[in-house]
Amino acid sequence: MATQVNYDDVNVGDEIPTLVVGPVTRHDLALYCGASGDHNPIHTDSDFAKKAGLGDVIVHGMLQMAYLGRLLTDWVPQDRLREFNSRFTAMARPHDTITCTGKITEKFEEGGEKRVRVEIAAATDKGDTTLQGSAVVALG
Amino acid sequence: MLDKSKIGHEFEPVTFRVDEGRLRFFAKAIGETNPIHFDEAAAKAAGHPGVVAPPTFVGCLEMDKPDPFEMVSVVGGDLSKALHGNQTFVYHHPVYAGDHITYKSRIKNIYDKKGGALEFIDVETDAINQDGTLTAVIGQSVVIRNS
Repeated sequence: MATQVNYDDVNVGDEIPTLVVGPVTRHDLALYCGASGDHNPIHTDSDFAKKAGLGDVIVHGMLQMAYLGRLLTDWVPQDRLREFNSRFTAMARPHDTITCTGKITEKFEEGGEKRVRVEIAAATDKGDTTLQGSAVVALG
Repeated sequence: MLDKSKIGHEFEPVTFRVDEGRLRFFAKAIGETNPIHFDEAAAKAAGHPGVVAPPTFVGCLEMDKPDPFEMVSVVGGDLSKALHGNQTFVYHHPVYAGDHITYKSRIKNIYDKKGGALEFIDVETDAINQDGTLTAVIGQSVVIRNS
């Protein structure tokens, strides 16, 4: 659970605690399909995914973004989160283990708050970076 | 080619209740371990009025609408060729179990790259709660693979 992180105690270049999830199973994809409301069959139906030219089902980008959300809210309370962005740069597959990382790239004041920008990424154990993004977090 | 005349198209607003059971299911699906996301007592003990929706949930609930991929169909795209390219959230207010969230979406841009091999649909959505408070502005970019 998130602990108190102070603006003055963090520096550009600091890494936030890593989150490792997985290996992701087909069952995980089925649960996320139902819970998220994203019923696109490319994530759960390998027949459909093959026909769509993907070879097999792919892990929801938004499931991995939810893992990045956990990375952030394990670090600071969620009500500190101001912006959260991600590009989906490669596909993850069942059996991949997803490692989520973040590094502080900027400290600034905005909206009357002390804020930091964190570069975040998700990568598979095969070495593919699947998500790349950033978050803005207000610190005390 | 996608129908670029749909830039600016506004989708019919939809309103959905944030169900506590759905949040429990969502927390399980994403492996969330912080009980404020699935246990009302824990959420209240932490000072929240109810179970707290995780950061991406507000972008997911809109998928409950009858055609969640209408941004693809309305511009003439093929869903089997569609992938999620980019997602953004700007947060203004928390979302809790019991909230009713109204989604107001529009097509912000349609463009292509690599000589039309990739086409992009950018959608922007305001997520507004039952008090008329903007909770988040959600941006989504869908990629259509034509190659």
